[in-house]
Amino acid sequence: MLIYVIRRLLVAIPTIALLVVASFLMMHLAPGGPFTSERPLPPEVLANIEAQYGLDQPLWKQLWDYFYNIVVHFDFGPSFVQKDRTVNDIIAQGFPISLTYGSLAFLAATIIGVVLGIAAAIRHNSWVDYFAVSIGIAAQALPNFIMGPILILTFTLWLGVLPGGGWNGGQWEYLVLPVIALSTSYMGSIARITRSSMLEVMNSNFIRTARAKGLPARAIIWRHAMKPTLLPVISYLGPVFVYVLTGSVFVDLYFSTGGLGQSFVSSALTRDYAVLLGVTILYGTLTVLVNLATDLAYAWFDPKIRY
Amino acid sequence: MNRITRLTLSALLSSTVLTAAAVATATAATHPETGEELAQDQTFTYRLLDNISSVDPQIVEDADGSDVVRDLFEGLLNQDADGELVPGVATDWDVSDDKMTYTFHLRDNAKWSNGDPVTAGDFVYAWRRAADPATASPYQWFISLMSLENGDEVVAGDMATDQLGVEAIDDHTLEVRLNTPLPYFPQMVVHSTTFPSPQKVIEEFGAEWTKPENIVGNGAYVLTQMNPGESIVREKNDQYWDAENVILEKSVALIINDENVALTRYQAGELDMTDIPAGQFPRLRDEYGEEAHSFPKLCNYYYTFNLSDSGPEAFKDPKVRQALSLAVDRDIIVNNVMAGGQPPAYTFTPEATAGFTPPEVEMASMTQAERDEKARTLLEEAGYGPDNPLSFEMVYNTSEAHEKVAVVLSQMWKQKLGVQAELANMEWKVFLDERGNQNFDMARGAWCGDYNEASTFLDLLQSESGYNDGKYNNPEYDQLLEDALTADDTTPLYTRAEEILTTEKPVIPIYHYAGVYMIDEDLKNFPVNNIQFNWYSKDLYKTAE
Amino acid sequence: MFGKSEKAAELAADISDFNAVRGRSLLRDAMGRFLRNKAAMASVVLLSLVVLFVIFGPLFAQYSNEEIDWTRMGDIRGMGAPSLETGHYFGLDELGRDLYARVIQATRTSLLVGLIGAGMALLVGTAWGVIAGFYGGRLDSVMMRVVDILLAIPLTLILILILVVAGRSFVALFVALGAVSWLTMARIVRGQTLTLKTREFIEAARAGGVSESAIIFRHILPNLIGVVIVYASLLVPEMILAESFISFLGLGISEPMTSLGRLIAEGAGTMNYGTLWQLAFPLFFYVTIIITMFFIGDGLRDALDPKDR
Repeated sequence: MLIYVIRRLLVAIPTIALLVVASFLMMHLAPGGPFTSERPLPPEVLANIEAQYGLDQPLWKQLWDYFYNIVVHFDFGPSFVQKDRTVNDIIAQGFPISLTYGSLAFLAATIIGVVLGIAAAIRHNSWVDYFAVSIGIAAQALPNFIMGPILILTFTLWLGVLPGGGWNGGQWEYLVLPVIALSTSYMGSIARITRSSMLEVMNSNFIRTARAKGLPARAIIWRHAMKPTLLPVISYLGPVFVYVLTGSVFVDLYFSTGGLGQSFVSSALTRDYAVLLGVTILYGTLTVLVNLATDLAYAWFDPKIRY
Repeated sequence: MNRITRLTLSALLSSTVLTAAAVATATAATHPETGEELAQDQTFTYRLLDNISSVDPQIVEDADGSDVVRDLFEGLLNQDADGELVPGVATDWDVSDDKMTYTFHLRDNAKWSNGDPVTAGDFVYAWRRAADPATASPYQWFISLMSLENGDEVVAGDMATDQLGVEAIDDHTLEVRLNTPLPYFPQMVVHSTTFPSPQKVIEEFGAEWTKPENIVGNGAYVLTQMNPGESIVREKNDQYWDAENVILEKSVALIINDENVALTRYQAGELDMTDIPAGQFPRLRDEYGEEAHSFPKLCNYYYTFNLSDSGPEAFKDPKVRQALSLAVDRDIIVNNVMAGGQPPAYTFTPEATAGFTPPEVEMASMTQAERDEKARTLLEEAGYGPDNPLSFEMVYNTSEAHEKVAVVLSQMWKQKLGVQAELANMEWKVFLDERGNQNFDMARGAWCGDYNEASTFLDLLQSESGYNDGKYNNPEYDQLLEDALTADDTTPLYTRAEEILTTEKPVIPIYHYAGVYMIDEDLKNFPVNNIQFNWYSKDLYKTAE
Repeated sequence: MFGKSEKAAELAADISDFNAVRGRSLLRDAMGRFLRNKAAMASVVLLSLVVLFVIFGPLFAQYSNEEIDWTRMGDIRGMGAPSLETGHYFGLDELGRDLYARVIQATRTSLLVGLIGAGMALLVGTAWGVIAGFYGGRLDSVMMRVVDILLAIPLTLILILILVVAGRSFVALFVALGAVSWLTMARIVRGQTLTLKTREFIEAARAGGVSESAIIFRHILPNLIGVVIVYASLLVPEMILAESFISFLGLGISEPMTSLGRLIAEGAGTMNYGTLWQLAFPLFFYVTIIITMFFIGDGLRDALDPKDR
């Protein structure tokens, strides 16, 4: 087990290095650079600035320096666009924010989704079921970005109960809308997966046997049906966790949370190479770790799997 | 519905304020000059589109960032509500007879926020810092633009920074030497690149000096919070020499990317000022009356033809260019698309520019039907018609408003002239790259004046200019601009230059920008008449509701 | 969201039980099961209506999708509402263009994006999976390592990077969507191929001297169809969702072409300005397509899943 984990982690390092090289080359392929501006800088000024940021070096040298600084100094370099900040600053400031509302959204989506799904399966074909299914499908079918303006209009303008954006150190009023907006669509899919998984399990032979033996329904559900029901849910949760962190661009854009999602998109658009690479490394690492955690959780839930 | 909620909300708010006010009546302040009753909470909250580039005066390159820097630092001169020069750190200045030497006299009570006096040396340090290649400022070129003695050489790194034509005669006298008489030089020291910077602090903290906990400024405000992607907070600086006349306690910029969300939050009372999305001005003016503002800005908006070798053959014919320009119904664009009080443009330079008299433009006095008729005739003469249709690609950068204008333009040409204009939008950096390398037929362009003088616009079409992406080249035009550099009366020269542009049409001016904003009625003194949109939080105040 | 279907895991589990070589009667059984699935059949009908609308709708349009109604563009809120009289059945968009024609064109784009995106995933994923699974050995482990590595990359990043580098065009969009969606498909197909490879009839074909390519095309691929179709049908709504997200970021297709995601993003911005129809119509078609595709995908899976419920 331990060996398996170590091996996975070791494989992750070249994976991420490869990812960095690929993103680095792709960014340099894209037309325009960080200092392409509306008023073209005089050549000598441009040369100055590029020298300052090491952009006058050959590509392999830039890459080498980049890796060297990360490994030796844990320094991800300066931002080319937000000139007062380094990539370390940007990540240190934005990631805790993304992580906070992302984790909350993840928890909300999982808990509500699983509860809805189980309720629907237990009361199969009743109004509970129909209600849960409709909610789940509606939540999943709406493009999640329209939740932003809808929530702000409703809770900020019409009801006037919650602030329309900002972070304010993460006070709860500022968290509510981003968490709702981000969790809705995942909540829908989790509910649907849980429901169909539970239905399948309840129809399986071992549950039928348990029923035939006359075990009380509650005991059957909790003691026997729960684990196998949650298996497919868990394999879905891993990717969801990564998505709530990386796919949260629209939350940052609409709710001015100051999270990392926006930094990533804007760094790609402004060719802020260093920020882009820094965020890519962070997200890549996160994805690898979450995938590993998912597999371990899966093994714990399903004794058939051995590493 | 919105309106009502807002009213009840504000009624609720004001009743709580009233109870609070009843307790604190004794301290309820009034404005020293107008006698208006001032609001308890002197906080100004406005919307920012995106993060700013920097708060370092020598590094900052975006307009929004400069707004913040103008609060944190103070230059030699400021602008008042109408854009006229008023004393800043300098109380007055002398010009030598050859107009090549300026001597600024600095006030002796100006202080940095750490209590140190502001001296002429701080300006010398800052200007050298801006010019120094080691600083790697994107606004390094501004030093060349200022025509400082040895400026070009220092910027290129061929001369040491102490050779720059700026010198502290004593602590309160700054001497500036130029290499050419520049009539609008005093206007340029309003720009943030020329603001002083605190040598001691920069040397102590290095790149970290602009962090809120380290930064020291000489402006009316100090930076207290910097939350990228969320907000920027600056609060009153008690060390500021004129602090007793500064009413506004706090200026808060909220970064809100989506303009519609920003408007919603304004309506919910979270903002005192926000941009009005394109097309919404008439409706908001009907609903909110005085809160919806539109005022001219020193910016133009145009499409440029690619006249270089890589451009289409058709555009080499001035008749084609004239025809396309004539067929653009600017009234529809300003009234129905932008709808924010933008003036339609028939000249390249905005009419509001100081010292500029636009030439008589024949087109401006024609009706649109006459223009369309003439456009058809011209295009026919040039050899394009149903059997030989003109087609080209027009590029613009990704943005909702630009897209709307581009779509409308292409439809006007298609429906009136049978011209096929293919739309191609590009993401900003790609757009700049393609346009800068003449990989286009026709491209969007826009420019906001760096200073209030026609040359800031006309220079763009000079054959040597780096911004002349269409590669327009007319020796007479170049000569006029060169003459203007040293002329006493520049107005006729600029008028003549503009006249050449109207006949040759290297660009199609579409409209001139307007600032279109919702501004809360409690917020007073916002300088809507300053066409450069240089505003200072210290001049603002809020009255009680 | 992109390509990593929640269904994939379930499906993969189902597949191991899925006895692919039961011959024709199985497909016929599946067809029967699908036809009896009310939700799925209702969805098929509804989706067909949408497709018919896209095909025949333009016949009733009185305006093209790019033509501006100059007389009404000045007052969209007052004069641009949906109306039979003006011929703008769905009203006007912000610029005074006919929303009916635009919604039809957008729906067509979104359906195409869904189909072609899923098709790309299907082609690449199947080819990759079959080759890895069939030839096995070192090739297999290298190819699957590549998939594992790619799966470890947040796909949103890849999507944005591709579109930034390649610029905005239909082709770039399809390539980007295809590039991020074939991975799970490849995994599923490989697993399926591995089990098929050991079946008696393949062994028999091999012993009989049938060439490898013939085995792949005659025996393996036909037996993969069921799984692949199910998974592809689940991918279609995901592609459409992904496209709408790209449009929201402003990286989607270029004017005057539009997609449902773009129209919704535009409509969502202006929903408080009294022109709600600009959001309602595209959203209706969008949601209809997504929901019907969900049910059809579920129906197909249930039909092809031999476990009796």
